[in-house]
Amino acid sequence: MERTQEITPQPKPAAPLAATEQSQPPASRNAFEVANLDVWYGQKHAVQDVTLNIPERTITAIIGPSGCGKSTFLRCLNRMHELVPRSRMTGSIRFFGEDLYAAQIDPAVVRRRIGMVFQKSNPFPTMSIAENVTVGLRLNGIRNRAFLRDRMEQSLRMAALWDEVKDDLGKPGVSLSGGQQQRLCIARAIATQPEVLLMDEPASALDPIATMKVEELIHQLSRDYTIVIVTHNMQQASRVSDKTAFFYLGKLVEFNDTDQLFTRPREKQTEDYISGRFG
Amino acid sequence: MTTTVHNHRMRKGLSACISVFTLLCACMVVAPLGLVFIHLVRMGASAVNLDFFTHIPSGPGEPGGGMANAIVGTLILLGLACAIGVPTGVLGGVYLSEFGSLRVNWAIRFLCDILNGVPSIIWGIVINGLIVIPMKSYSAYAGGLALGCLMIPLVMRTTEEVLVLVPNGYREAALALGIARWRTTIHIVMKSAARGIITGILLALARVAGETAPLLFTALGNSFWNNDLSKPIAALPLQIFAYAISPYDNWHRQAWAGALVLVGFIFTLNISVRFLTRGKPVRV
Repeated sequence: MERTQEITPQPKPAAPLAATEQSQPPASRNAFEVANLDVWYGQKHAVQDVTLNIPERTITAIIGPSGCGKSTFLRCLNRMHELVPRSRMTGSIRFFGEDLYAAQIDPAVVRRRIGMVFQKSNPFPTMSIAENVTVGLRLNGIRNRAFLRDRMEQSLRMAALWDEVKDDLGKPGVSLSGGQQQRLCIARAIATQPEVLLMDEPASALDPIATMKVEELIHQLSRDYTIVIVTHNMQQASRVSDKTAFFYLGKLVEFNDTDQLFTRPREKQTEDYISGRFG
Repeated sequence: MTTTVHNHRMRKGLSACISVFTLLCACMVVAPLGLVFIHLVRMGASAVNLDFFTHIPSGPGEPGGGMANAIVGTLILLGLACAIGVPTGVLGGVYLSEFGSLRVNWAIRFLCDILNGVPSIIWGIVINGLIVIPMKSYSAYAGGLALGCLMIPLVMRTTEEVLVLVPNGYREAALALGIARWRTTIHIVMKSAARGIITGILLALARVAGETAPLLFTALGNSFWNNDLSKPIAALPLQIFAYAISPYDNWHRQAWAGALVLVGFIFTLNISVRFLTRGKPVRV
């Protein structure tokens, strides 16, 4: 159903998705408010009755064993799950108070504001390093060269990649090492200046040093961005995140501050999982 | 112990026999190509000269003359065929790979394969009925359309096949950047597979370049220069056909020369395809 909608980009919705207010309330706002979310792929009930709020400018980790629905949940947050044929969703997701799934909202606009980094680094093979970073801007109609150049440098600096690639900007993006490619993908995702960055196991295919770099980067980015990160790696969740949600068999078992969840879990299942008794 | 050694020898012998047999079969596949090519060169090479490429056919029984008009005619017909076959075929392939539901695609693919199997002379007759009879004239348009129709299913299936090879991760990455689906399709997916798409087009061109049957009732052929696309136009295969069934020795030699040139042209197209596909079309 989503496929047909995207053939022609619709104009931005009349009420723009949450205009960022200048005066921020002292208590941090919620970036996402997810209520009673259920997702099916065909007959498979992948996510079951999940309700949680994700505060802005924090790092929220989602942990759980394989197949527990954590990736699916993440993909609901920027409507990427709709690309899977026969997927179905009920419940509501509000993004800064606005319904992400309202009829008049164009998924492309949603994804411009909620960026995503994937498990497998995927720079576009036909593009150079520089082109890879600016592609999100260029293919959304921005032509100003000076602007693109500045944004490219800024994004690569934020992704801690600038010093490594500044002399090779014209080389193919796929010529970089695995860890560099993943940081290139992060630079590409932040070049469009989204408000949220969703990360689907961004370091699981990387070696420990590259993982460390990506984690440092995530930590840095959390000053400006709301980050939701799915990870297999519990140590990673405890290192980088402020809040952690534990998913098991499609259900949200526990959601709490990271140090609370890892030191004094409320649920028996959480305790079993983090102490390595299963999963 | 002895039996196993014996068995071992037997198996080795059998294996050698079958290897030789398969080699012979492979030779039988390649041999006709070699024989045809050698024969063509022997019969036609003497008549392939500058005149052949610069002159129009001479009168019956007269010496000299060439097939310049037929060579240009074939290029014009191929151009028209591309104008019809390439956009339709490529966009159809894009639809099959990127859009469309499973069931609709299954039906389209099935029909496309049937279309691919339709004998080419049928296309000639159909276009004759659709274009030639209402326009009351054989024409280059009709010939180009007939060749274009032959190209569509070929281009469509190869386009689909190379687009499906583009890893889904690229589509997802582009869509996750908020890039509209149609732009993702053009700038990410089709660009990644451009080499494969061009290969498919060239192969389809090579396939229709030698077609004679669909042109018999559409382009008809012409012994003179013709720049009017609504009039009958010469084509190499037609000229070869006309000369080969004529009673004149000079024309027979010219027919051989035409065949040699046509085979050379198709050969060149295929070589350029090899050249294009030498690099990896898609990095996974």
